[in-house]
Amino acid sequence: MADAKKKRKPMIGLQPEGDVDWSQYRGVLVVVEQRKGIAKPVSLQLLGEARRLAAKLDVPVLALVMGYQVSQLAQEAIYHGADKVYLCDSPELDHYRTRPYSRVCLHVIRKYLPEIVLMGATNTGRDLAGAIATHLPTGLTADSTQLDVDEERLLLASRPAFSEKMLATILCKQFKPQMATARAGVFEQLPRDPTRTGEVIPVPPQMDAQEISTEIIEFIESFRRVNLQDADVIVAGGRGLGGPAAFGLLEELAQELGGVVGASRAVVDLGWIGHDHQVGQTGVTVRPKLYIAVGISGAVQHVVGMQNSTCIVAINKDPNAPIFKIANYGLVGDLFQIVPALIEAVRARNGEAIPMNMPVNS
Amino acid sequence: MLHIVACIKQVPDSREIRIDPKTNTLVRQGVPAIVNYFDLHGVEEALRIKDEFGARVTVVTMGPPTAEKALSQCIAMGADEGVLVSDRAFAGADTLATSYVVALTVQKVEDTWGPVDIIFCGKQTLDGDTGQVGPGVACRLDIEQLTYVEKTEHLDINTREIIVHRHLEDGVERVKANLPVLITALAELNQPRRASLPGVLRGIRYKPIVWTTNDFPDIDRSKIGLKGSPTIVSKTWVPEPKQVDTEFLDTTDSKAAASHLLDRLYATGSLQNSVLA
Amino acid sequence: MADERFDAIVVGAGPAGTAAAYTMAKGGLKVALIERGEFPGAKNIFGGVLYRKQLEDLLPEFWKEAPLERTIVEQRLWVLGEDSVVTLGYRDNRFQDPPNCWTGLRVKFDQWFASKAEQAGALPIYETVVTELLRVDERVVGVRTDREDGDLHANIVIIADGVNSLLGKSLLLHREWQPDQVSLAVKEVIALPKQTIQDRFNLEDNEGCTIELIGQTAGMAGLGFLYTNKDTLSLGVGVMVNDLREKRIKPYQVLDSVKRHPMIARLIQGGEVKEYSGHLIPEGGFDSMPPLAGDGWMVCGDAAQMVNAVHREGTNLAVTSGRLAGETAIAAHRRGDFTYHTLDAYNTAVKASFIHRDLKKYRGVHGLLGSGDSEQLFDKFPNALNEAIYQMLLVDGVSKKQKQKVAMRLLREAAGGNMDLLRLGIKGWRAMNG
Ligand SMILES: Cc1cc2nc3c(=O)[nH]c(=O)nc-3n(C[C@H](O)[C@H](O)[C@H](O)COP(=O)(O)OP(=O)(O)OC[C@H]3O[C@@H](n4cnc5c(N)ncnc54)[C@H](O)[C@@H]3O)c2cc1C
Ligand SMILES: Cc1cc2nc3c(=O)[nH]c(=O)nc-3n(C[C@H](O)[C@H](O)[C@H](O)COP(=O)(O)OP(=O)(O)OC[C@H]3O[C@@H](n4cnc5c(N)ncnc54)[C@H](O)[C@@H]3O)c2cc1C
Ligand SMILES: Nc1ncnc2c1ncn2[C@@H]1O[C@H](COP(=O)(O)O)[C@@H](O)[C@H]1O
Repeated sequence: MADAKKKRKPMIGLQPEGDVDWSQYRGVLVVVEQRKGIAKPVSLQLLGEARRLAAKLDVPVLALVMGYQVSQLAQEAIYHGADKVYLCDSPELDHYRTRPYSRVCLHVIRKYLPEIVLMGATNTGRDLAGAIATHLPTGLTADSTQLDVDEERLLLASRPAFSEKMLATILCKQFKPQMATARAGVFEQLPRDPTRTGEVIPVPPQMDAQEISTEIIEFIESFRRVNLQDADVIVAGGRGLGGPAAFGLLEELAQELGGVVGASRAVVDLGWIGHDHQVGQTGVTVRPKLYIAVGISGAVQHVVGMQNSTCIVAINKDPNAPIFKIANYGLVGDLFQIVPALIEAVRARNGEAIPMNMPVNS
Repeated sequence: MLHIVACIKQVPDSREIRIDPKTNTLVRQGVPAIVNYFDLHGVEEALRIKDEFGARVTVVTMGPPTAEKALSQCIAMGADEGVLVSDRAFAGADTLATSYVVALTVQKVEDTWGPVDIIFCGKQTLDGDTGQVGPGVACRLDIEQLTYVEKTEHLDINTREIIVHRHLEDGVERVKANLPVLITALAELNQPRRASLPGVLRGIRYKPIVWTTNDFPDIDRSKIGLKGSPTIVSKTWVPEPKQVDTEFLDTTDSKAAASHLLDRLYATGSLQNSVLA
Repeated sequence: MADERFDAIVVGAGPAGTAAAYTMAKGGLKVALIERGEFPGAKNIFGGVLYRKQLEDLLPEFWKEAPLERTIVEQRLWVLGEDSVVTLGYRDNRFQDPPNCWTGLRVKFDQWFASKAEQAGALPIYETVVTELLRVDERVVGVRTDREDGDLHANIVIIADGVNSLLGKSLLLHREWQPDQVSLAVKEVIALPKQTIQDRFNLEDNEGCTIELIGQTAGMAGLGFLYTNKDTLSLGVGVMVNDLREKRIKPYQVLDSVKRHPMIARLIQGGEVKEYSGHLIPEGGFDSMPPLAGDGWMVCGDAAQMVNAVHREGTNLAVTSGRLAGETAIAAHRRGDFTYHTLDAYNTAVKASFIHRDLKKYRGVHGLLGSGDSEQLFDKFPNALNEAIYQMLLVDGVSKKQKQKVAMRLLREAAGGNMDLLRLGIKGWRAMNG
């Protein structure tokens, strides 16, 4: 305890280190997230958005690719809109770990001075962005869904606030770079253009392997993990299902539609289905093309997580259920009648389609 | 004995927040305050470690005086001490300024009760909703951060090794790290306990320790509160409520309704033939 | 078990329980106030009209700080026909100073009221359900809660757990309420801009208006209400449970049809339903009141059926009974005797109060309605009255004398003939005048 009182080293992130001539900062940097050399969709989407911002600012689009044996990804970043790619390819970057990755980011930012840094608002992106922004220090906007720049070259990052009830535009005037993480599925990725060319600048790793104290023992890829965020079709169930068994029905319907199963928190709390499936404020925010809400009342906390779906279908026996307020199609009735009928109808159509359009055994 | 800090924040219960349709501002008046949902999972995990290995659990929060109540709730669950860091000068803090004050608080907690081995934060708050404070605190204290943790697989208090499962969009990562670490908690981590009756009585009567700026002689006042926050909210607006004319389909005949619905969904492109796609 | 002992435990932080806890804490007793809701009022609803007098006995000038909605200056009674209404009302600005009654919302009011008890020193224990009374022989010595180590001991337990009093049942004070002893009320809180409410109801600032509704309850015994709050309206209906059962109608269907009534629809138009809830109201009155005290316990408020259904007064009786129970507990504490002998003073005090007098006066109301009477009183009659008045007011060349005849015939028919009209009239009169 006594030595806890010893003079501490100064706290990290109190003063920006090095250059403070903010005007030297130029360019829009996208930190590309990848697994096994394949970029996350959100990173490619951000490259597309970065092009739009960079054109307004008249600066290049920069990308930072980190990992092990990921040099081809540097090319991909160029095909998707980057002009310059910083590439740090090293065995200790094989798996994402906060420290070695953030050191590389800090190095690139401090050396190449981008005015804007964007990352996907994935778990990894948020982990990394939070560390870097504190280190620099600079302001960081989370979960942006709209990005723009104004005449003063300020980044206008807009994000949902207060359970998605409002949107707020957030600025960072004081420091550079201006940082934001952005949600998946909001921005448009550019078509891959293999004729695009750009410069790849190698960057050395910034930490020795033995300095790194965390170890990724293994990564268990879950094929069965519901990837709600990227799904086009979600069939979600709530307490109206009456019990875990009925999720079997939804699973069937989802499968027929090529979608995945979502759930309200009420049923997750009841243990009818895993947390992974939870849509909403304390679950996942989704925006599929089609969201079918079955036996879900439509509490605000659920609705904020799915209201931006392109098309919403609600099946509920209570005609006054709030879910109908945001539904494009409403089916008032018993789900145990309607869902099986739907499954049958989709099956009939899928069945028709197969022999007509493609060889069944291909 | 292990020393664990759980960082909590009191947030308005979002169920009750409304937008005033005239002024387009938030109606926060009368909105009950709750302990941020994810933070309770952090507190619970700290208490589970305490139950298993013995530990001192200190709960800290930066917030207005009313946040005392949030601390009481954690004391009722079984935490040993609650610290409220409260000062007008802290108001208006963004995540950068918040992480500075929370990090300072953790240092002062160490000065008072000894070194801290694990810090728990929630995955994110329901109002700020950024998940940035946790990594910010870890970064400032220069310790390892393990974010989005859904399981503590293993903790060895002798070798000071911890193995946790991090939840990622595409899978689960088993990570090993050495204490001290900062962990941000997901709901999957555990089920927060219901306080026992003696716990509730203790919580109700508990008076938390309150620290103000004066308790931090070395604090850099330009780094706290609104002044110390680089992000500026320049504009807020209420998005046009999605105008939907709900089309109610006749469900007297389920089969017909199903078929009708599918026609619509295919016609509007909401569904494409999944076999072809 | 928590090792500590309390002088008194109050179960239920409704108006009755809080009044008891407040009184005892003020009197220096060590009191625990146990409530199952997240906070007091979280699960409670009422119409609601709050009256000044009885609360003032406890908290002088409470209205200057309590979260009340509007001061009621006008009370209306509407007899609904199918698409029409016969109205009666009284407005008087004397009701403002001093205020006579207010509209209120339980969520806000109960919280505030309980905070007063807390400030006085009562220990609030919320989100905790009392599952049973702890007893030694016949004496109540504490409560068991649903929390771990959840027993708590005290010299006195005050049972104020509302209409569905499980604890009362466990003492065999009463059995399950019979369907003809309770009505089921459903209520919506409908949000509208303040100004809109004031315009529609002809009100200014904090003025409020209440409308009681008779008719259009599908022939079941029941009343509706529409009250103005600051920026919401409370609209509800309460219907006898036996009638609901008999007719196989869901209460919200009744509410829905009231909402569609053209006179109501225009008042709530454009409003957003913020809250929907249902609650039982004890209607048994005087004759279903249980014994009020025993060894180590007292019971007050709805748990003791203390509701004056005719005047929609419940909180009043709850607050007063809570206060009287509290005062009795203080006296018992001084004497160190918590047996029935001391606590029976509460019984005496209730008998001497307006609670007893009012409930006794209306004791006949319950049981007034034989089979078929509901249909007549709450359906045929309101419809006939509307039709009769329509005929009277319509100028169509028919002679006034003839019109009067038609109107009387309509009313007679609705009542099932002269004798029945007379019978209903006499019954009603007797019931009201005890
Ligand atoms: C801080 C906080 C965060 C929260 N976060 C989330 C979140 O992220 N996601 C979330 O979903 N919730 C969240 N909630 C919970 C939320 O408030 C609701 O409790 C929850 O969404 C309700 O789930 P539900 O619609 O399944 O259940 P209910 O509200 O009980 O609705 C069930 C519905 O099923 C209908 N039904 C019943 N039987 C049938 C039948 N046979 N056929 C058709 N319909 C039927 C009923 O009419 C009803 O509308 C949160 C709450 C809090 C306090
Ligand atoms: C629709 C409606 C309209 C009404 N309108 C009016 C009106 O306009 N004016 C008026 O004066 N009265 C009105 N009343 C009646 C009035 O609301 C009640 O008479 C009054 O609230 C009774 O108070 P109470 O404290 O006895 O019971 P309650 O208010 O019911 O309080 C009981 C409390 O005990 C708690 N509780 C129950 N069981 C347990 C347990 N086991 N453990 C812990 N806590 C428990 C409950 O959560 C509740 O908070 C109305 C009632 C209804 C339903
Ligand atoms: N004011 C605060 N005091 C203590 N801890 C906080 C505070 N704000 C945020 N935290 C912690 O940081 C986590 C992430 O918060 P946020 O970045 O606001 O989403 C929360 O779940 C808390 O554990």
